[in-house]
Amino acid sequence: MIAIIDYNAGNVRSVLFAMERLGKEAVLTADPEQIRSADKVIFPGVGEASTTMAYLKSSGLDQLIPSLTQPVLGICLGMQLMCTHSEENDTDCLGIFPQAVKRFIPDPAHKVPHMGWNSLENIRSGAFLPEEMNGEYVYFVHSFYVEEGPFTIASSSHALPFSAAMQKDNFFATQFHPEKSGKAGEAVLQHFLKI
Amino acid sequence: MVAKRIIPCLDIKDGRTVKGVNFVNLRDAGDPVELGRLYSEQGADELVFLDITATHEKRKTLAALARDIARNLSIPFTIGGGISSVEDVHVLLESGADKISINSAAVKNPDLIDELALNFGSQFVVVAIDAKWTEEDWTVFLSGGRVPTERRLMEWARECQERGAGEILFTSMDHDGTKAGFACEALSDLSEQLSIPIIASGGAGTEAHFLDVFTEGKADAALAASIFHFREIAIPDLKHYLSDHGVPVRL
Repeated sequence: MIAIIDYNAGNVRSVLFAMERLGKEAVLTADPEQIRSADKVIFPGVGEASTTMAYLKSSGLDQLIPSLTQPVLGICLGMQLMCTHSEENDTDCLGIFPQAVKRFIPDPAHKVPHMGWNSLENIRSGAFLPEEMNGEYVYFVHSFYVEEGPFTIASSSHALPFSAAMQKDNFFATQFHPEKSGKAGEAVLQHFLKI
Repeated sequence: MVAKRIIPCLDIKDGRTVKGVNFVNLRDAGDPVELGRLYSEQGADELVFLDITATHEKRKTLAALARDIARNLSIPFTIGGGISSVEDVHVLLESGADKISINSAAVKNPDLIDELALNFGSQFVVVAIDAKWTEEDWTVFLSGGRVPTERRLMEWARECQERGAGEILFTSMDHDGTKAGFACEALSDLSEQLSIPIIASGGAGTEAHFLDVFTEGKADAALAASIFHFREIAIPDLKHYLSDHGVPVRL
């Protein structure tokens, strides 16, 4: 069973629909027991960091998520919240990845939010993001980014290079939205489900 | 580099697509999901569904439509048409919409933009602006272009950005339906003065018009309806043409 963590974030439903399209059984849940016993956990997210962290703390999910041992996939805000700290309203996050989340500075050639299809570059991972996916376009919507670091497994660039995907032990994360990235995104989700 | 986006726009009435759509291989060209799927397979980067239903049942049909699209398509989509409250938008978000677009309601009540951005995030809020060149400036119009306002394009677009809009969808009423090209000068001004993405709409007739709107017009995305629906331009051909001319697109 796949648990999709249900919290006050936008668009958790599109991840549920993506699982349906792949023929996988998934549940939206905030129940710690159900999350702990799932085969795979997806931590999606569109929203604002401080409000979301406050919600995670009030429900104890801030303790639960870093302690999970099965494969966990953070998406977009989910990935940013798995880092140490976010510049978005000066928010302390879950600390799974020892990285800071920074704000994009717009310039005439680089609009913010970074919104649309951008390519995956410099993939350095195995099963989750195979190297054949170098150059594939995936869909991003974000105003904050994670710098490249030791756990970055794919990059993309918008004025500067940033982490498009990360991995540490059983924790996987994408800045892009695999559930909205057409066939390329479906492939990423399928790779995750096979881990 | 982020790719320039091609966005087909589908007009919806009572849950069905309205513009005469000329696709032979489609089981049901009136089915928004079926048509959306076809565009998605052809390489459309996003879809916009504009609901022109006029009845009070609208909210229900919109939510059902959003759910149906979200279930079946794996690319982002925007829903617009008569959205006027946080409650309307909440239902659409719950149903799986990626973005909503507001137009007249934002002009009548600009605080709506702030409320939506605060509740759902800027990335969820597209402000659509219809404008027409009148006496040395662009005047913003309401209700599908019937009612002129006191607003001017540039100051209104800037205010939308400040209030938290994530994108501006600008339709030039002077260019819409002419197939003579986009309003590149105004688009380029918008793009230079704003830091959020600009979607160009109105005037697409040839592949070269799209090249112009991305180069001269500096648009981030281009939206069109009839030229795609009537197969005057096929999306794969358009994207290859743009790519051959140095425009970054997702192929």
